[in-house]
Amino acid sequence: MTWNRKHLLDIESLTAEEITTVLDTAKVFKAVGERAIKKVPALRGKTVVNLFIEPSTRTRISFELAALRLTADVINFTAEASSLKKGETLKDTARTLEALNVDIIIMRHSATGAPHFLSRFLNASVINAGDGAHEHPTQALLDTFTIRERKGRIEGLNVTILGDILYSRVARSNIQALTKLGARVTLCGPSTLVPRVFEQMGCRVSYEVDEAIADADIINLLRIQHERQRKTMFPSINEYTSLFGLNKERLARTKPDAIIMHPGPINRGVEIDSEIADCGRSVILEQVTNGLAVRMAVLFLVNGGKGPQEIAA
Amino acid sequence: MSSPTTILDASALKRALVRIAHEIAERNELSTEVVLVGVQRGGVNLAERLAGFLSGIWGHAVPVGSVDVGMHRDDLGRKVAPRIHPTVIPFDITGRTVVLVDDVLFSGRTTRAALDALNDLGRPKRIQLAVLIDRGHRELPIKADFVGKNVPTSLSERISVHWQETDGKDVVYLEKK
Repeated sequence: MTWNRKHLLDIESLTAEEITTVLDTAKVFKAVGERAIKKVPALRGKTVVNLFIEPSTRTRISFELAALRLTADVINFTAEASSLKKGETLKDTARTLEALNVDIIIMRHSATGAPHFLSRFLNASVINAGDGAHEHPTQALLDTFTIRERKGRIEGLNVTILGDILYSRVARSNIQALTKLGARVTLCGPSTLVPRVFEQMGCRVSYEVDEAIADADIINLLRIQHERQRKTMFPSINEYTSLFGLNKERLARTKPDAIIMHPGPINRGVEIDSEIADCGRSVILEQVTNGLAVRMAVLFLVNGGKGPQEIAA
Repeated sequence: MSSPTTILDASALKRALVRIAHEIAERNELSTEVVLVGVQRGGVNLAERLAGFLSGIWGHAVPVGSVDVGMHRDDLGRKVAPRIHPTVIPFDITGRTVVLVDDVLFSGRTTRAALDALNDLGRPKRIQLAVLIDRGHRELPIKADFVGKNVPTSLSERISVHWQETDGKDVVYLEKK
């Protein structure tokens, strides 16, 4: 058993063994979700705050349900309805929550490093639920869990991540997790969204979609993030779809057992053909189920962790 | 660590298991109602062994499951999260007699957690407790129905149970911490 962390801030600082510990723990929590009574008392009496400074529905709901299934009390905090709008600093907001003796703060923020910042002065555990374009560790853990469950292993697999890599925290966390566990990662998309600098993270970069997915065991599609993009990144959505969208013709040229993943929300007809999203090779809904199990595991583990923490800057 | 004292060697261990199996059989007239549930990790091998002897006595297979108590412990959040093992109970425990099986009975806190865990899986007709070693030092009002061997211990000692299946030999040691 190798987990003595109080926080989950990113995948970058985790070892392969720690990642595996989360996946193994999640496997057991997944079985709990399949029982008639889906609740265990592991976090009884603990208070969990969803501190979502940037809007999110699926991640917040997944964390909320995970905490409830562990018998924690949950508070949802959204920036729109908070004193942040009245000019309170993030630090003061977090200190205020801590004065209420909360135990775990799950945080999403548009700024890179915001959860790391909180973790330096809070006694509560901090879980990063997405910080800017930096990391989204639980998404990578649930993706890795899904791959391992489907393929039986991670090591030696070819994983192609297709789409908007530049703005994607999902991509960054996935690259970290997958390369640590021994997968070969290929990134593909428009050159404006997939700069070659990603090769420094140990990935291959390709601009030819057919070539990039030909040997893939896993095709992980990322959403084109309209809200993050300046209009200059590619000429039009239609052009993106025709050059990089996953359609039946492209899929026919891939390995027959390659699976298709997507962190959601999907844009049907943009990065993925509607039919493909619903086909047997798509594991998009399994990812949602697994996300719940992985988040239960993470909450369970950080609740017990009190070992060496990230070194304060 | 000083040299360990052998409490049960392979043949004594086997005799203890056979006796426990006969006691379970004697206590439970309706043999088809009985299921065994081993507490992860130490109770799992023991439950499998007992099921083997019981099926010999009763002439039919005895269902065996395993339960992990990690999510139901009372010390979560006080120390590093325990390793969680699968809970595998591929049968309905409602209305059955569940014999909860563990290798060593000590504070009773693991048994308490196991009772809670079972409660989430159904409503057994009754639950009985079988342990290989009762080492005393109870912190909760819990008592075993079937005991392989009572071993008075001090808190500075440790019982270590080894199984052929997982450790290469059957033996129980008493060790100084």
